[in-house]
Amino acid sequence: MYIEDNKFRYTLMQMRRNIGVYGLIAPFFILFLIFTVIPVLISLPMGFTNFNMAQFPQWVGLSNFYSLFLEDEVFLKAIENTLVFAIVTGPLSYFLCFILAWLINELPGPLKTLFTFVFYAPTLAGNIYSTWQLIFSGDTYGIANAYLINLGITNGAIQWLTDANYIMGVLIVVQLWMALGAGFLAIRAGLQGIPRDRYEAGAIEGIKNRAQELIYVTIPAMGPQLLFAAVMQITSSFTAGDIGRFLTAFPTTDYAGHTIMTHAYDYGSIRYEMGYSAAICFVLFAVMLFANWGIKKILGKYLD
Amino acid sequence: MRIKKSRKKYGGSLGGDIAIFVLLTLLGLFMLFPIYLSVIQSIKPPEELFLFPPKLYAMAPTNQNFVDLMNTASNMWVPFSRYIFNSVFVAVVVTVTQLIFASSAAYALSKVNFPGKKALNKIIEVALLFTSTVLFIMQYMVMATIGIIDTYLAITLPYIATPMGLFLMRQFMGQIPDAMIEAAHLDGAGHARICWQIVMPNVKPAWLTLMIFAFNGAWQITGYSFIYNEALKPIPTVLQQITASGIARAGVAAAAVVILMIPPMLIFVLCQSSVVETMAQSGLKD
Repeated sequence: MYIEDNKFRYTLMQMRRNIGVYGLIAPFFILFLIFTVIPVLISLPMGFTNFNMAQFPQWVGLSNFYSLFLEDEVFLKAIENTLVFAIVTGPLSYFLCFILAWLINELPGPLKTLFTFVFYAPTLAGNIYSTWQLIFSGDTYGIANAYLINLGITNGAIQWLTDANYIMGVLIVVQLWMALGAGFLAIRAGLQGIPRDRYEAGAIEGIKNRAQELIYVTIPAMGPQLLFAAVMQITSSFTAGDIGRFLTAFPTTDYAGHTIMTHAYDYGSIRYEMGYSAAICFVLFAVMLFANWGIKKILGKYLD
Repeated sequence: MRIKKSRKKYGGSLGGDIAIFVLLTLLGLFMLFPIYLSVIQSIKPPEELFLFPPKLYAMAPTNQNFVDLMNTASNMWVPFSRYIFNSVFVAVVVTVTQLIFASSAAYALSKVNFPGKKALNKIIEVALLFTSTVLFIMQYMVMATIGIIDTYLAITLPYIATPMGLFLMRQFMGQIPDAMIEAAHLDGAGHARICWQIVMPNVKPAWLTLMIFAFNGAWQITGYSFIYNEALKPIPTVLQQITASGIARAGVAAAAVVILMIPPMLIFVLCQSSVVETMAQSGLKD
């Protein structure tokens, strides 16, 4: 009891001593609380209600979750698509971020700057959906169709954006195209920050080629950046299907490119069934947290 | 033993460099293709837009699409300058406040010991997952409750306190030696002064990088679902309206795409060169 009391008093004293610090963190954390913490936390209780934004939310217990998993076939399709997106674009984009950042870093100075810009340019250009629509347009004016037909690979125009067989493929290509974002830049910065003497020490110890240098010197020095990039790539891989809202018709033909995100959007922003939408969001958050935990378990072993 | 200084690291050879250069050039062309295509489309006259097979260059380049864009824009419900103002206003407010808020919080979380610090650090690391793309439906509910839908607040406030910004600054500030901070303390400087006058000048690459992220993110805010008042909408919504009007406006849409991608690229190029410069000065560059 005495010790606890002491600890409490010590904490209070520490708080009083650093009172100015709370002023420094307050602006950020107040906004963070309102626009990140609360939205995540209320998704579960809201998921237990029916809410149409006009009337007060009505408690319906587990019924939203019951419908989601047992009655809503589109949702099951959405889960499947989300996992396909995550499993394909997540690891692949992470690999691309690292390999490209490393290759760029091997080149002399001015070329580094040039190539960093080239590979980051899609993120800067952002959502140039109209150009992608032109490339994958379903008629013969579409760039992809025109060249495939001219080269004799296909006979007729392929409906890239409306044929259920192609939608996922197209969305994955576009997602990978703009996948070199914050994770890529973080790895680039990390590579540039590795002190030169580590490489010199490595050379003395008998490193002969780039591959050995990469494995024994570069990767061990990059733990924090590699972990950060992994988290960034998971996040974007789970929201991958979101670009479908702008690129293809919404919802996609036969729900071929429908994901948990777009399902939540459908109910939240179009049908105003906010309770149901919140339940979908909660499932998405849970799946993302689980994936994040898994990645940290796997990568943490190698990076610490 | 003295080690001979050379321009390159130790594992490389010229042949390898050339192979890497060729590989990156090929991949780079793929990355640039859609951007190149946007530019080409924007300078094609209407009759060239619908040739078969489509040409990957413009035979008679013209600025007609840009002129048409300005004309279309001036016939809208509110003057085009209003959309430009909205976009610039949102981008500047979000970038500047994010830089200030994230930096001061990052200083506290990396360099000061106070009760609650550990928990906040943990929360930020988990929160990296929850970007505005994932959160926007739940954010809509919060914003509707506090009544800021359809105001400037709806397209600025949610984008300021990004966990990524704080995380980035915190990682860089962690590398500043504690002795530097203690020395400033002994000189009687308070936390705010240490953060802005001692720490910030030493992490220039970090906040330039954050500026790139923040501006780029803010420039792409559409206000979709959050803003209904035409006078408050940023440029990307205009682009969506033009694109939605179909194939007849294809050239004009391409012109809008090109204009929209210039500012983030400019900011990136400006900041990127100073990032490299700063790293060279601090002796971090290899």
